[in-house]
Amino acid sequence: MIELYLLLILMILGAIIALESRNLLSAIISLGIVGFGLTLIFLVLQAPDLAIVQIVVETLSLIILIAAILKTTREDTTEEWGAKKIFLYLGGLAFLVIFLISVKGALKFLPPFGEPLMRMAGPYLKLGLEKTGAANLVAAVILDFRGYDTLGEAAVLFTAAMGVIAVLRKIGRKN
Amino acid sequence: MKGMTLIVKTIARLISGLIFLYGIYIVLHGHLTPGGGFAGGIIIAGAFVLLILSEGSKKASSEIKKQRASVGESSGIFIFWLLAMLGLFTGSLFFLNLLPKGKAYHLFSAGIIPLCNIGIGLEVGAALFAIFITLAVLKTGEKK
Amino acid sequence: MIYYLLSMLLFLIGLYGVLVKRNLIKIIIGLVLMEYATFLFLALVGYKKGGTAPIITKGFEKAVFVDPLPQALVLTAIVIGLATTALLVSIAVRIYQRYGTFDIREIRRLKG
Repeated sequence: MIELYLLLILMILGAIIALESRNLLSAIISLGIVGFGLTLIFLVLQAPDLAIVQIVVETLSLIILIAAILKTTREDTTEEWGAKKIFLYLGGLAFLVIFLISVKGALKFLPPFGEPLMRMAGPYLKLGLEKTGAANLVAAVILDFRGYDTLGEAAVLFTAAMGVIAVLRKIGRKN
Repeated sequence: MKGMTLIVKTIARLISGLIFLYGIYIVLHGHLTPGGGFAGGIIIAGAFVLLILSEGSKKASSEIKKQRASVGESSGIFIFWLLAMLGLFTGSLFFLNLLPKGKAYHLFSAGIIPLCNIGIGLEVGAALFAIFITLAVLKTGEKK
Repeated sequence: MIYYLLSMLLFLIGLYGVLVKRNLIKIIIGLVLMEYATFLFLALVGYKKGGTAPIITKGFEKAVFVDPLPQALVLTAIVIGLATTALLVSIAVRIYQRYGTFDIREIRRLKG
C-alpha cells in the first residue's frame, strides 16, 4: 500500500515543521497537515466513521487554536540556537534509535499488519445485525455492546466543557 | 473577532442552514450509514461556528447564548442517561436495548440506538458550541 | 510492521515537543500529535486485508469486514481529544493574560 507510506511520511514531515516553526500560525497550519492526512489514512483503512469525525474535529480544533493565537501573540520567542541545541538533537536521535529497536522487539507479539485476531469482534460481526438491528456495526458497538464506554466519554466531554467555561469566566474575577 | 464583508456574511447565512440540515441527517441515519451522534453533533456545532465567525463575535457576546448551550449540553447527557436507565426501571439490565428492533435497514429500527444518537448529538454539539463561544467572546485586556 | 514503526515515530515526535519545547502552544501541539499517533496505531491494528468498512448493506451480509472494535474506541477518543485541547488552550490563554508570555521559564520565574 504505497499511498499509506506517502501519507505517513507527509504526516511526519508536517509534524516536524509544526514543532520547529518560529511562527505559531504556520505551526498550527502544519498541524492541519497531520490532521487531514490522518483523515485520508482513515479512508484508506476502511473507517468512514472515523474519517467523518476526524475531518470535522480537525477543522474545529484549528479554529480554536487560531482564535487563541489571534488573541495573544504569533511569535515564538523561545527558540534559541547554539551548542546546547545540537546536544539536544543528538541525544534525541540516540533515544529515538534505542526506542525504535526496543519497539521492534515488542511488536513481534502483535499479529502482522492486515491480519487482526478479531477474537472479540467475531461475534459482533456475526450477531450484530440480528441482536441490535443496526446496520452500522460501529454504532452497534458504541451504543449497545459497549454503552458504558460511551456514557463515560459523554461525562468526560461534559466535564471538559464545564472546565473551559469555568476557566474563562468573567464574573467574580479580579482581573 | 471582527465580522467579515457583506459577501461572506450572505454566503455564510445561506450555507449554514444546509450544514445544519446535513448534521441532522447524519445524526438520524447514524445506525444505517457512517456517522452517528458524535459526527453529527460536531457538524451542527460547525454550522453555528460558521455564522459567528462571519458575523463577528459582537452579536454572540450575550451571556444568554452560553447559558442556552449549557442547558442543551446538560439535557443531552440527561437523555442518554435516562435511556440507559430505562432498562433498570423496567427491572432488567442497565443499557438493555428493550425497544422493538424493527425491520433491518429501515430508519425506524435498532431500538434505542437512534434515540441515543440524538442525545449524544445534542450533547456534543452544545458542548463544542459552548467551548467555542466562550473562547470567541473572551476579551484580552492589557497585559500585566 | 513498517507502518507500526512509522506511527511510533510520529508519537515520539510529539513526545519530543512536549519535553523539549518551551512555548505553551508548542507543548499543546505536541500533545495533539501524540493523540493522533495513538489513533493511527489503533486504526492500523484493526485493518484486515481485503476487508470493507463494517457497515452492512442489503445483499452483502457475508462480506469480509475490518475490525469494528478499535474504530469504536477511536471514535469516542477523537471527540474527547478536541475537548481536552480546548481546555488546554483556554488555560494557556489565561496564563498569557496574567504573565504576558507563553514562555514557561518566564512563568516559573514570575511565580508568587
